[in-house]
Amino acid sequence: MATQDIDIADLKRITELIQSKHGYDFRNYAMSSFKRRMLRILELKNLTVDALIKKLTDNPGFIDEFLDELTVNVTEMFRDPGFWRVMRDEIIPGILLNHKQFKIWHAGCSSGEEVLSMAILLKEMGIYDDVTLIASDLDTNILEKAKAASYPIKNMELNEKNYIRLEGKGSLKDYFKEENGKAVFDRSLLKNVSFRKHDLVVGEIFNKFDLVLCRNVMIYFNQTLQNEVLKKFHDSLFKYGYLAIGSKESLIWCDIASKFIVVNNEEKVYKKIKD
Amino acid sequence: MNKYNLNNSYKAVVIGGSAGSFQGIVKILSQLPPGFPLPIIMCLHRLKHVRNGFVEALSLKSVIQVTEPYDKESIKKGGVYLAPSNYHMSVELGNYFAMSTEEMINNSRPAIDITLGTAAYVYRDKLVGILLSGANRDGGLGMKHIKDKGGLTIVQEPTECMIDTMPRAAMALTKIDHVMKVDLIIDFLKELDKQYR
Repeated sequence: MATQDIDIADLKRITELIQSKHGYDFRNYAMSSFKRRMLRILELKNLTVDALIKKLTDNPGFIDEFLDELTVNVTEMFRDPGFWRVMRDEIIPGILLNHKQFKIWHAGCSSGEEVLSMAILLKEMGIYDDVTLIASDLDTNILEKAKAASYPIKNMELNEKNYIRLEGKGSLKDYFKEENGKAVFDRSLLKNVSFRKHDLVVGEIFNKFDLVLCRNVMIYFNQTLQNEVLKKFHDSLFKYGYLAIGSKESLIWCDIASKFIVVNNEEKVYKKIKD
Repeated sequence: MNKYNLNNSYKAVVIGGSAGSFQGIVKILSQLPPGFPLPIIMCLHRLKHVRNGFVEALSLKSVIQVTEPYDKESIKKGGVYLAPSNYHMSVELGNYFAMSTEEMINNSRPAIDITLGTAAYVYRDKLVGILLSGANRDGGLGMKHIKDKGGLTIVQEPTECMIDTMPRAAMALTKIDHVMKVDLIIDFLKELDKQYR
């Protein structure tokens, strides 16, 4: 945690500029994490608030770099192995009862570890070719990383541990090759994945899905924005489709809660029951 | 005048701890006066990928049930809260929690500096911060934030700590109001409780 501080008026100046000049709306982001991200950028780039504002105004290419640092891109494969077991053993079989082919949206996919986890899971279930996956993020740079599906080999220790806890069919090593200190995943895993630049805050609804995963993304929003985004997820789901959120997120306080039922409370999977 | 020069203006107690703090925390929670009037917000280093068990272990002997709050959950008087595994836990203006999965700090998620620092920002001089035994420096900066905002700072007596790196980090960074053994921390909390009766 940085020792310096930034006051709310300065945060407001920055968010207003980004909104008017670049069309992203950060006004309803959760305050304390947003503030830490801003302080982090100022420190990393060695800028004052005024210098940052000048750079965002004068340098059109800087916004992508800025967004890449502002958004939190800490993720891992098979985070919460218990969640993935529930996907494999309950949720996806539930979808398959009614639809042989279906669609999944990974909203806020970051560097792609989650969509890759899903691809592996589907492959092991023998249904990969029946599924269309869309992975979206607002951060252009991170989408490129997701498309590359190549990660530092040191990250694999944790990912492999998670995979073992999931009790996958083989070894995570079956899916990647080690090249120059990187774990390069099998390209065929991404064959049915479309990556899309999409901002949950200002973006339109663009498709209908049977399953939406948005885990540990809405924690960066305040409750007003969470409600707005959840409405978009509701509209993006077919009736009886599933919504998965992070283990410490909850729909309890949300306006839209009555249109969902809890399918698995431990792993936070909900089902849309009303249009 | 009471012995710690306390009053009833405090709004919350935050506690940080790491290696060697479990026994102390359990002792504190087991001897809390029933109906303790302030929320107790705890950030303890824990295994990152073991989600279950810790809160249950703490609750076993605790006078008050310990909960791991959800993102945006309101902070209630008398609640005892524990930062969940693999999330940072912040206190927000408006008196609720927010979770995040940002980078680890001092190799820790949850990081004590984040919970203490955000609590200091929200509660200012109405906060009591307690830092217990631990093997790294996390929490030191958080204690400095508490002191800088006018809050009250307590660390566990280093000689009583299994590992004293954490309280010593705080003592090096800021003024600590009380250096106390766990039994005295319990006495302090009982005295604090009396101010609200």
